[in-house]
Amino acid sequence: MKSKRFEVLAQRPVNQDGFVAEWPEVGLIAMGSPNDPRPSIKIEDGKVVEMDGKRREEFDMIEQFIADYAIDVEVAEEAMQLDSVEIARRIVDINVPREEVVRLAQGLTPAKLAEVIGHLNIVEIMMGIQKMRARKRPGNQCHITNLRDNPVLLAADAAEGALRGFDEEETTVGVTRYAPFNALALLVGSQTGRGGVLTQCALEESFELSLGMRGLTTYAETISVYGTEQVFVDGDDTPWSKAFLASAYASRGLKMRFTSGTGSEVQMGYAEGKSMLYLEARCVMIAKGAGVQGLQNGSISCIGVPGAVPSGIRAVAGENLITMMLDLEVASGNDQTFSHSDIRRTARLLPQLLPGTDLIFSGYSGVPNYDNMFAGSNFDIEDMDDYLVLQRDLMVDGGVRPVLEEEVVAVRNKAARALQAVFEELGLPRITDEEVEAATYAHGSKDMPPRNVGEDLKAAAEMMERGITGLDVVKALAKRGFTDVAENVLNMLKQRVAGDYLHTSAVLDRNFRVDSAVNNPNDYRGPGTGYRMSEERWEEIKNIPQALKPEELASEGSGE
Amino acid sequence: MSMVNTEALVERIVSEVLKQLQQGSEKGRVGAAEVAVTGDGFEFREKGEACPGTDQREVVIGISPAFGKKFKKNIVGIPLRDVLREIIAGIEEEGLRARVVRVRHTADVAFIGHTAAKLSGSGIGIGIQSRGTTVIHHKDLQPLNNLELFPQCPVLTLETYRAIGRNAARYAKGESPDPVPVVNDQMARPKYQAKAAVLHNFETQLVRAGARPVEVEVVLGREGAVA
Repeated sequence: MKSKRFEVLAQRPVNQDGFVAEWPEVGLIAMGSPNDPRPSIKIEDGKVVEMDGKRREEFDMIEQFIADYAIDVEVAEEAMQLDSVEIARRIVDINVPREEVVRLAQGLTPAKLAEVIGHLNIVEIMMGIQKMRARKRPGNQCHITNLRDNPVLLAADAAEGALRGFDEEETTVGVTRYAPFNALALLVGSQTGRGGVLTQCALEESFELSLGMRGLTTYAETISVYGTEQVFVDGDDTPWSKAFLASAYASRGLKMRFTSGTGSEVQMGYAEGKSMLYLEARCVMIAKGAGVQGLQNGSISCIGVPGAVPSGIRAVAGENLITMMLDLEVASGNDQTFSHSDIRRTARLLPQLLPGTDLIFSGYSGVPNYDNMFAGSNFDIEDMDDYLVLQRDLMVDGGVRPVLEEEVVAVRNKAARALQAVFEELGLPRITDEEVEAATYAHGSKDMPPRNVGEDLKAAAEMMERGITGLDVVKALAKRGFTDVAENVLNMLKQRVAGDYLHTSAVLDRNFRVDSAVNNPNDYRGPGTGYRMSEERWEEIKNIPQALKPEELASEGSGE
Repeated sequence: MSMVNTEALVERIVSEVLKQLQQGSEKGRVGAAEVAVTGDGFEFREKGEACPGTDQREVVIGISPAFGKKFKKNIVGIPLRDVLREIIAGIEEEGLRARVVRVRHTADVAFIGHTAAKLSGSGIGIGIQSRGTTVIHHKDLQPLNNLELFPQCPVLTLETYRAIGRNAARYAKGESPDPVPVVNDQMARPKYQAKAAVLHNFETQLVRAGARPVEVEVVLGREGAVA
């Protein structure tokens, strides 16, 4: 006989997820592998000569990079002789300021950082995130993509995402050759929704950089680093080549961050038996050593791996915390399909949502997941009302705001028309009124009429050959009367010259004022300090349109 | 020009010999008639180092280190015997011949496919891992590039594998076939990613640095030997 109870349980969504037992020999273990090195450091003549039980002569290229560029030798001995439990306590102790933890953390080795996190339970990790996040105000990023790379829909969705409050918007392509149009549509759409939203187009590295140099994007984040030498080499890279790429972005005034995450090394089969968190600590230190301002981590595309082993989601929150301890901006994951279970995917989000991170999602799918070309996100646009209610229930700032249908329709329409005008001015394939109308009311690409893809791809290639830049976009918008959008795009270009948004955790408000860890640092020191929602922001979050208003009910005179 | 090539060749041979010396005797060398039997009379007979082919009407299928050895089924339980039979059938349907080699120096599907393509008389190779991830490759492409890649192994069916064989053969004949249509399942990650990691680690445990690919005679049980 089969148990009917177990039959019901077997049908539950969570049992569609994959779970595996730990396998430490190959590094299929979230934290504390028996093969992780013991923390140690030895410094001679201002140089690290021993780290985590290895002498300098035995260092692999990652260890050499970390030892030379990421560890602050001035504090290393002081910090490393502290007990890991003591450091863990200082992270949660409201009487120890953030700056003190940052100072000490910069003297720690990868093994020590992983060991410190090992002493924190999930609530303590969240307390750490609340205090250690670099910028005072938490924020959010969204994905704007679609299955057919339809530029009109991209512009409309980007405008809606901006209106909903996202600080950054990320797109990518189904067909690589569409990339110039995707970047253009995202730029025009975002600046129609709200001036100051940062945009990126995730692509092969040199193509992505060239779009940025033309002012068609304003930041980049998909520059991946790994925790073992073998995986780095398989990707044809070294920490030095990544650092070089980072400086290419910086030299053109473009914001950028690296990407890494737990599970990538074991996924590639070369974790050398080390725990996912220990290897990720190495990645965070590579980012620090390369001098970039931030990191996207939280497992990212490998989330199914830590998600399948014990304490994996705790490790993912732990890697976000390590990034903050090293004073880097963090775009904290939650950006990939994670679970069949709504309960589980919500729980996976809480360690970032409740304490707040610089970008809670990296990103939240601003389109239905079927259109998400990053293979889906943990939350998508269909979950938006749930997410808004979570903000309201818990009085937490998740970085978005309730909107009205009328304003969404209006802004989508304006963005589609603005792109229509830009396409016409730049001599790109026509966007019809029918397409503008469809994009205005669409939920996803299934609601859009087909475009002539061949013609689009040819024109996209020509657009690159003709050397179209952000300035041409400004001119086109201005000429066609979209003066406010033109001004916003121009202001984004000015940022590239000013460079203020290259500071850690920088995003722009609607007046193009930088909000960063430099001019708005996190000063959390317990209750009554740090980020507290303003009255205005709380009003915004409270007022979800579907909430019944008692006074209206009274004036109608009855319940129905 | 020829001087340069000769020098490069000598250098490569020397480095191979050194590698083999370092690795000890059994690692770099092909063992005597290694045979993996999967039941049903399905066998892989490893027959010694694989040579570059000259037959322009062949497609080389590169199988991963653990394919048919450690694993008999792919990630969703389709027998690898059937997978291989369908790929071979797809190639033969187009009037071409399939040759199977086991790649041992890497478990990366891109490099397996590229290695197979370089050994192929037509320049077209197929790379396949135990979990089922497959690529169609050309010898003149960069290893991390490809003609067609099928990264989501859980959605691949026997029909897809047959179509992959067919398309590979068409490329080999100089045609430009429509890519094999692929399904995108976003929920494959939460369901299979960790399992894929486990399978891949068994795969990489069998990787032998510097080991040359070996020719594999595949006996498909009742239906007889094909390659």
